[in-house]
Amino acid sequence: MSNSTVSGGSALQTAAVVTARSGRRKPPRAGLPRKMTLDYMSFLAVFLVLPVAIFLIFVIWPFIQAVYFSLTNWTGFSPQMGFVGLDNFVRLFQDGAFMQAMGNNILLAIVVPLITIIIALVFASLITVGGPSHGQVRGLKASSFYRVVSFFPYVIPAIVIAILWNMIYAPSGLLNGILGLFGIDNNQFAWLGDQRTAMPASIFVMVWGMVGFYMVLFIAAIKGIPAETLEAARIDGAGRFRTVTSIMLPQIRDNVQTAYIYLGIAALDAFVYMAGLNSTGGPGNSTLVMSQYLFRTAFEKGQFGLASAMGVVLAVLTLVFAGLVMGVFRLTGGKDEGGRS
Amino acid sequence: MSVETRAAITIDPGARQAEHKTKSTTSDKVVGGVSHVMLVIWAIIVILPLVWTIIGSFKTTKEIFKSPFGLPANWNFDNYVTAWVGNNFGRMFLNTIIVVGFSLFLVMLLGAMCAYVLARFSVPGSRVIYYLMLAGLTFPVFLAIVPLFGILQKIGLLGTLPGLILTYVAYALPFTVFFLYSFFKSLPYEIQEAAYMDGASEWRTFFQVMLPMAKPGLAAIAIMNFLGLWNQFLLPIALNPNQDNYVLSQGMAAFASSAGYSLDFGAMFAAVMITIIPVLLIYIFFQRQLQGSVSQGTSK
Repeated sequence: MSNSTVSGGSALQTAAVVTARSGRRKPPRAGLPRKMTLDYMSFLAVFLVLPVAIFLIFVIWPFIQAVYFSLTNWTGFSPQMGFVGLDNFVRLFQDGAFMQAMGNNILLAIVVPLITIIIALVFASLITVGGPSHGQVRGLKASSFYRVVSFFPYVIPAIVIAILWNMIYAPSGLLNGILGLFGIDNNQFAWLGDQRTAMPASIFVMVWGMVGFYMVLFIAAIKGIPAETLEAARIDGAGRFRTVTSIMLPQIRDNVQTAYIYLGIAALDAFVYMAGLNSTGGPGNSTLVMSQYLFRTAFEKGQFGLASAMGVVLAVLTLVFAGLVMGVFRLTGGKDEGGRS
Repeated sequence: MSVETRAAITIDPGARQAEHKTKSTTSDKVVGGVSHVMLVIWAIIVILPLVWTIIGSFKTTKEIFKSPFGLPANWNFDNYVTAWVGNNFGRMFLNTIIVVGFSLFLVMLLGAMCAYVLARFSVPGSRVIYYLMLAGLTFPVFLAIVPLFGILQKIGLLGTLPGLILTYVAYALPFTVFFLYSFFKSLPYEIQEAAYMDGASEWRTFFQVMLPMAKPGLAAIAIMNFLGLWNQFLLPIALNPNQDNYVLSQGMAAFASSAGYSLDFGAMFAAVMITIIPVLLIYIFFQRQLQGSVSQGTSK
C-alpha cells in the first residue's frame, strides 16, 4: 500500500485514487529526461543551484575547514596558524576533563534514547490498542488529551526547559516542596549540586522534553499499520500485549530505529540542556559534555584548533553511534516484508 | 487500496467510542485502570512545572522563596513589564520574530524547490547532493561552529540578523529537503506530465501544480521548522554576540546566568512565559492541523 495513508490530505487522496486505478504503485522513476531549454536552465539555476550554494557555503565548507583547523594550533585571534598534525588529538585524549565529558556523552547516548523510547512506546501502545479487548482494536478513552499534553514539552525551547528544571531542582524549588508535602524533609537538597544526583536529574529532564514527540511519532506509525492485520491478530486470539509485541513492534521497527538515532544524536550534543541545568559542568564535572567543553575552549579560551579537534571527535562518535544502531537493528531482525516505505 | 476501505480501517481512538457498546471484561477494566493511572501521572509531571511557572510569573521574588506553592498576594503584570522593558525581552521578541519569520519563509521555499528537483529530475550530481545533505543532517553543528564564526566574520555578517537568518536557513535545509524529498517522490508523475502536455513551463508546473499538491507535507514541515528555529540556541549564542540583536533563547540563558544570586526570579518566570506563549499558540493551532490531516485521510 502507498504511504499516503498516514499523511492524508486531499491531494493525497487524488494520489491514492490514481494509485488504486493503476493497481500497485509504480516503482519511482529515476526522473524525467529534459531538454536544455531556457525555461529548464533558469529553473535549475534557481531551484537547485541557489539552495545548494547556501548549503555548501554555510554547512559543508565549515565542516571541511573544521577538519583542517583540528590539525593546527590556531588561536582564532591571530591570522597565523601552525600545522601541528595530530597533536591536538593526543592532547585531548590525555585531558582528564575531556575524557570524562566523552564518558558522560556516551552514557547519555545509551540511556536517554533507551528510557525515552520505552516510555514513548508504552504510552503509544496504551493510547492505540489499550482499549477494550472486544470489537474493533482501539485505544483508551481520553487518549487525545494525553497525546496533546505529552507533546507539549517538545514545543518549549530546550533552553527554557533546562532553566525551568534548574529552578525546580533548586534547594527551595518545586521538587523539594512536593517532597515536603509527603513529609520528606531533605534539608534543602540541591539536586544538581550533588555528584550522585546531578546526572540522573539531567537525564530525566532530557527524557521529559522528548517523550511526547516520539510518542506522537509512534502513534502515527502504529496507525499506519493496516487495521486488517490487527483485526486478524485479534480474531486469532492475540491479547493486547501479544498484539503489541508480535504485530505492532515488528511493523514499526524502522520508526524505532530512526528514533534511536535521532535521540542518540541529541544526547551526544546535549549542549542546550546541560548549559541551562549546570552551565559549569556540574559538581566534579559530573554533567560536563563534550559540546560544553568545546564551546568553552573555542569562545572563552580562544583555542580554535583544539576546539575543532573536539568537534571532529564528536562527529566521529556520532557516525559510529549511527552505524552501530543500524548494525544492531539489521542483525537482530531481517527486513520486514510489510512493503511500507 | 481505495478510499472507502481506508475509512473502515481507522483506529482513531475516541472517534469511534460510541459504537460497539458491549460490556467490559474485568481484564479490560484492570488494564484500562492501570493505563490511565500511568498516563495521568505523566500528564501531571508535564503540566505541574508549567502551572508553577505561570503562578510564579505573578509572584514577587520574596514570595517565590517563601513557598513553592503559595499564591501571589496580588495578581499583576509587574514581572512582565520588568522583563519586557527593563530586561529588554521586548526587543529580543521582535528580533526573534524577524529572524524566525524570514528564515522560515526562505527555508520552506528553497527546501521545497531543492527537494522537488532532487526527487523528480535526473540532474547530474544529484546523488552527491543528496548524500551531502545526509551528512549535513548527521554531522553535529558543533563541528562547524568555529569555522562558521570565521566565515560570517569574513563576509561581515557576524552578529547581524541577516547573518543569523542565512545560517538558520542553511542548517534547516537538509531536514526540510529530506522530508519533502520523499513527499515529492510519492506524488503521481501523471499529473506532472499532464501539466507539461498543457504547455506549462517548469516554473509554472512547480508553483501551480506540484506545490499545491504538496500542501499537507509543507504544512507539517513548516510547523516543525518554526519550532526548531524558534528554539534554536547554539547558533545565536555562538554567532550573535551583539546584545542589541539577541534572540529570546539566548537572552533567556544570559538573563539566567548573569544575574546570579541577585536574580529577579519573578521576572525570570515572566520571561519564560514570554518565550513560551508564541509556541504555545502555534501548538494549539498545530494540534488542530495535526488532527485534521490525520482524520482527513481516514474519515471520507
